[in-house]
Amino acid sequence: MSLTSEQVKRIAHLARIEVSESEALTTQGHLNGIFELIEQMQAVDTTGVEPMAHAQDVSQRLRPDAVSEADRRAAYQAVAPETEAGLYLVPKVIE
Amino acid sequence: MIDKTLKQLSQALTAKEVSSVELSTLFLDRIERLNPDINAFVTVDREKTLAMAAAADARIAAGTAGPLTGIPIAQKDIFCAEGWRTTCGSKMLADFVAPYDATVIEKMHRDAGLVSLGKTNMDEFAMGSSNETSFFGPVKNPWDRQRVPGGSSGGSAAAIAARLAPAATGTDTGGSIRQPAALCNLTGLKPTYGVVSRYGMIAYASSLDQGGPMGATAEDCALLLNTMAGFDARDSTSLERPAEDYTRSLEQPLAGLRIGLPKEFFAAGCDAGVMAAVQEAIDEYRRLGATIVDVSLPNSHLSVPAYYVIAPAEASSNLSRFDGVRYGYRAPDYGNLDDMYMKTRAQGFGEEVKRRILIGAYVLSHGYYDAYYLQAQRIRRLIANDFVDAFKSCDVILGPTSPTTAFKLGEKSADPVQMYLSDIYTIAVNLAGLPGMALPCGFSGGLPVGLQLIGNYFDEARLLNVAHRYQQATDWHQRRPQGIE
Repeated sequence: MSLTSEQVKRIAHLARIEVSESEALTTQGHLNGIFELIEQMQAVDTTGVEPMAHAQDVSQRLRPDAVSEADRRAAYQAVAPETEAGLYLVPKVIE
Repeated sequence: MIDKTLKQLSQALTAKEVSSVELSTLFLDRIERLNPDINAFVTVDREKTLAMAAAADARIAAGTAGPLTGIPIAQKDIFCAEGWRTTCGSKMLADFVAPYDATVIEKMHRDAGLVSLGKTNMDEFAMGSSNETSFFGPVKNPWDRQRVPGGSSGGSAAAIAARLAPAATGTDTGGSIRQPAALCNLTGLKPTYGVVSRYGMIAYASSLDQGGPMGATAEDCALLLNTMAGFDARDSTSLERPAEDYTRSLEQPLAGLRIGLPKEFFAAGCDAGVMAAVQEAIDEYRRLGATIVDVSLPNSHLSVPAYYVIAPAEASSNLSRFDGVRYGYRAPDYGNLDDMYMKTRAQGFGEEVKRRILIGAYVLSHGYYDAYYLQAQRIRRLIANDFVDAFKSCDVILGPTSPTTAFKLGEKSADPVQMYLSDIYTIAVNLAGLPGMALPCGFSGGLPVGLQLIGNYFDEARLLNVAHRYQQATDWHQRRPQGIE
């Protein structure tokens, strides 16, 4: 398998990372080297093997549906790039 | 004082031979003198450290101190610590002051009374094996300043090796505690997945990440793990288990212990000097009464390929939170919202991080999910099953930690694949979720060699015992780099 420069740009867009033409080319070379390594997996017959998503075979804990956290909005918003009246500010989305 | 173990420091503090303020000042002064060259710390705050030390001295005076109260340690900059800049080695978080404490921070500092000397340098978002991907520049290995300390916990490793801190925390997703410990002549432990809380530990690959201790000796690691481990309701993958004293079996004799040598770890691909040191360690274990048995991990060669699908897949999801909205870096100039995301992430992340996000986005994308992500998860199962089979005939598994000693700065940074292969012996342990340790076992060409011990699930105490007995019979772990006075 070999990624094209177009594919690299498409993935970069999916991941919301801006790439220039020259970055896409360098990245393409690196990613193809890595995928060559990853391709070793394809030689293995894994029919019937249960995929392992997690190291421990435990189910998610449930907790009572009750308030457990204190209101720390001010502290958490103090580290935001831009806020106003308790809201996070971003460029206008709806015209 | 700088060569004392945590137990010796604890005794000195209890006997009032030294105060925590004096001890902390000693290390802060060393950091001031040596860190400009080594670059092990990215954040130091003398005032905060000395306030913590004074509080620890008060606890000691009041008789309410725990065994480690007043001992200064370094924190990997992946753990959020309230009021401390917490960068994760990234431009994205270069100015981020954490508004809360990670559970590990809370347990070590508030509960156990350890004193923080500051935050240590690391590969950006823990993605790297040399500490060269840090936004704050590479860390130098105190054993040879032309060489890397390993990564991603390279700052923590270099800090201990240069005696800038008696011990430190690290995190290990594919070898990030064990490989730097090996390259810097230290002891480090990656616990069983779920033993140490991940709350407040900035996530890279959530199903693999695990925090753990790094120090000079196995006993130090056991004492630190006592303060770090334990169930935490705030981490959904934290395991509900009774508390353990990880020092309880340190002194147990090794007679009758069965040590398994996976033949795949002793095949071609490992430096001769590294292999020679590991072989000598095996002989030492024979003298200590252990029985050596051959085992096999037939799928271990697939661990690096499977890891570089699973870890980037999880990373691409975890790192989507860095969008310039709620915290961290935001690009100064942008058009619409999408453009703000794209520029923020392009400017805020370094090359290696972007590379792994792209791999992750690709293997999770429509049409490739089964071929890559599911196949990697199936191989992960095969790798975990290999260990289950191996542990039927042995108690611990032994091998090298890294195929080479510390490599030169810049030597592997141009070729990601070469860099990835330096974790060839450590990654399988994370995929399986097992505990693993690195400990000093000799030198090759003047550079430290690290032995790796792998235990069965929840067998940390036994691993520490096996390492501790070896350290009683050898003195590799007591060596200090030349030029570190």
